[in-house]
Amino acid sequence: MTDRDTVAHLLRRLTFGPTAAEVDAALEAGVGATLDAVLAPIGRTVTLPDLGAFQPGKEGRQDARRQAREAVQWWLQRMAAQPGAAEKLTFFWHGHWATSIQKVRSAPLMLAQQQTLRRYGGGDTGPLVRAMLRDPALILWLDGQRNTRTAPNENLARELMELFTLGVGAYTEDDVKAGARALTGWRASRTSGTATFVPRRHDPGPVTLLGHTGRVDADTYADLLVRHPAHLPHLVTRLWVRYGSGAAPDAATIARVTAAGGRSTTGLLRAIATDPAFAATAGQLVKQPVEWLIGAVRQLGIDTDTVPDKALRALGQVPFRPPSVGGWPVGAAWLTTSSTRARLEHAQKLTALAPDTVAELGRSAPAARLDALARLLVVDGWSERTRAVLADSAADPRRLLALGLASPEYAVH
Amino acid sequence: MDTITRRRFLTASGVVAAGALAAGGTAYGLRDILDFRSEKPRGRTLVLVTLYGGNDGLNTVIPYADPAYAANRPSMAYDEGEVLRLDDEFGLNPGLAGLHRLYGQDRLAVVHGVGYPKPDRSHFRSMDIWQTAQPDRPGTTGWLGRWLDDAGGDPRLAVSFEPVLPPLLAGATSAGATVPGGALTLPKGVTPQVLAGFGTPAAGEPPARARAAACFADLVKVRDLVDGVIADDEADDDAPATATGGQAPPLERQLALVARCIEAGSATRVYSVSLGGFDFHADEKGAQESILGTLDKPLAAFVERMADRDVVVAVYSEFGRRVRANASEGTDHGTASTVLLAGGGIPGGRYGEPPSLTDLDDGDLRHTTDFRDVYAMLLADVLGADPERVLGGWTGRLRFS
Repeated sequence: MTDRDTVAHLLRRLTFGPTAAEVDAALEAGVGATLDAVLAPIGRTVTLPDLGAFQPGKEGRQDARRQAREAVQWWLQRMAAQPGAAEKLTFFWHGHWATSIQKVRSAPLMLAQQQTLRRYGGGDTGPLVRAMLRDPALILWLDGQRNTRTAPNENLARELMELFTLGVGAYTEDDVKAGARALTGWRASRTSGTATFVPRRHDPGPVTLLGHTGRVDADTYADLLVRHPAHLPHLVTRLWVRYGSGAAPDAATIARVTAAGGRSTTGLLRAIATDPAFAATAGQLVKQPVEWLIGAVRQLGIDTDTVPDKALRALGQVPFRPPSVGGWPVGAAWLTTSSTRARLEHAQKLTALAPDTVAELGRSAPAARLDALARLLVVDGWSERTRAVLADSAADPRRLLALGLASPEYAVH
Repeated sequence: MDTITRRRFLTASGVVAAGALAAGGTAYGLRDILDFRSEKPRGRTLVLVTLYGGNDGLNTVIPYADPAYAANRPSMAYDEGEVLRLDDEFGLNPGLAGLHRLYGQDRLAVVHGVGYPKPDRSHFRSMDIWQTAQPDRPGTTGWLGRWLDDAGGDPRLAVSFEPVLPPLLAGATSAGATVPGGALTLPKGVTPQVLAGFGTPAAGEPPARARAAACFADLVKVRDLVDGVIADDEADDDAPATATGGQAPPLERQLALVARCIEAGSATRVYSVSLGGFDFHADEKGAQESILGTLDKPLAAFVERMADRDVVVAVYSEFGRRVRANASEGTDHGTASTVLLAGGGIPGGRYGEPPSLTDLDDGDLRHTTDFRDVYAMLLADVLGADPERVLGGWTGRLRFS
């Protein structure tokens, strides 16, 4: 790898698709300073858009759809505007604590959850898990508000351990039942936008949970989870799958990253990005549709408001709408004939929204155009196969750019 | 590890069998399936219906006469007047009028208490167990994928109309075909030369990028794909988002495509279709009845349409639900459940021992029929295969007498 390839790889993985100028600046600054710079904004909250209040009932439903659309628009715009790692990490956490607006039915609550992921998502997971167990959107999504002492509802406790904190095999069915009891008493309201604890609905009796016996409430439960020996390896695995190779890391990699990264997610991200195995993952990670789209938008200088809603639906990934609590698929699931066709089509549509970029590409000499295109799209290089296809269209910069966006090299990074 | 995605078979993660990854994304056009012919005389056809999310078996085939049923589910039980009566003990959910009619004609078989030892209550892992038919440790091949390996490995023998190959169709050396529905007309200016060019393998590239390139080669094959089938342009805002399955086209459309292929005389032996959205931890009764309706209508119509053809339909889910309702008028993850079989000369009636509602395993039903017995019957009777080869030496078999 050249130095340029090294920083490009780092930025492609940690951020939402770097521009050529950002790679230039990173090359100038060096890997260490670049890492510091992209990781720095993690943990800051942002000013959320004012979508208006949630309105219950039939009249509210129409308005809720508008709110949902605006929330997605706002987030896409933010993803495109922020050069650092923070927004991509928020997107990672959104897919990890996968919550869908289809059941939550309130965009303000989805944004409030996102703010929680932003505020705590870069630090030790202790405060994050504590905060998520009080998150109204998550409570509604996994029926937490229906979980009472008279008959606990296990949905939240189970997915909390299986998907969010420990992974399969680290807990028993008795832990699920005990965990459900520990989480009894929380209620969430769409109207007030808050979650409250109702003591009389809570089961105060002692439980045995993950080897600990005694009274357990949501905070105690959160602490038991994040101190559990399976927790950090589970998180490192999920991070590696989304930032590294797209596949579960081996035990040695997990151990190295955990030892180097400590307990904070930002530290773990830094450990992944500086791990000896990280460089070798180049070319192995399939871009998720949102990553593909936002990367293109940033590199082509497109205003996200001009991108039709339909694009992400056609590409198969709409923020705030994961298909299940398991989140979005990873890897080859995004490489099908249908998705390939969608990328071909939307590459053309994106190119049409970027006349200045097309003109800029047209100003490079035809013989140098393929390299200019690789630089623009931050692709390390084209294979002979792709080079041959692109060369046929080099005379037509608009067509060339669309083919570059649709190419195999741009689908995987 | 298993929780990352239930598509883990098809991630380039090393757990996937090489053959499945190579063939796993291979798309065929509907035309390819319609025109598929075989030298061998055509045997019977299996249509497997997967319900993602854990369908509540006790509120599907309802033991209304058992006092323990209502006692455990005070606010969400169906009484004798509400169920579609099968006999003095059991009735079907009111949402299943079409299947009830089939039962009355002795064309629907209900198999009680189907499950596996040491049940796992994770959606993702339990579905892996059912799809691999390996309860101890789900591996990297699906049970019908292994059948396909033995049957010669032609992907067109086992077809799915979902966007991603379901793990059950992934073999060790071969994999079923996915036939994407919807519009596959190429965007303007995208020529066959472009597709063939991008679809050319490049020496030494990582597997994921090779897969990305191979998709272009597949696209060349997929032309004039589906007439009379329209792409889903609008997300269905009212569809339940609790599905623990991927996003498939509506069941009705999947079954319509299956029917067309069968009527065209395709040599395909296995079709996989699916419906998600069965995970009701709260307010279950109305929601489940409604989604069972979306299963019942197209399924009953399909069985009727296939009446004089040798087509067997099997319906399963990754688990049933807890016997006792929770306080939210829903149910938590459970174990054994009902498998439904219909068509193709399957003798109607109830089979297997209904699990006791009082002698429970930690609040859940004890399974009375191993799902591998059902698979063995389907492999032997429908696909004419040797079940022991596919099911790791499993010798049990569901009998109808």
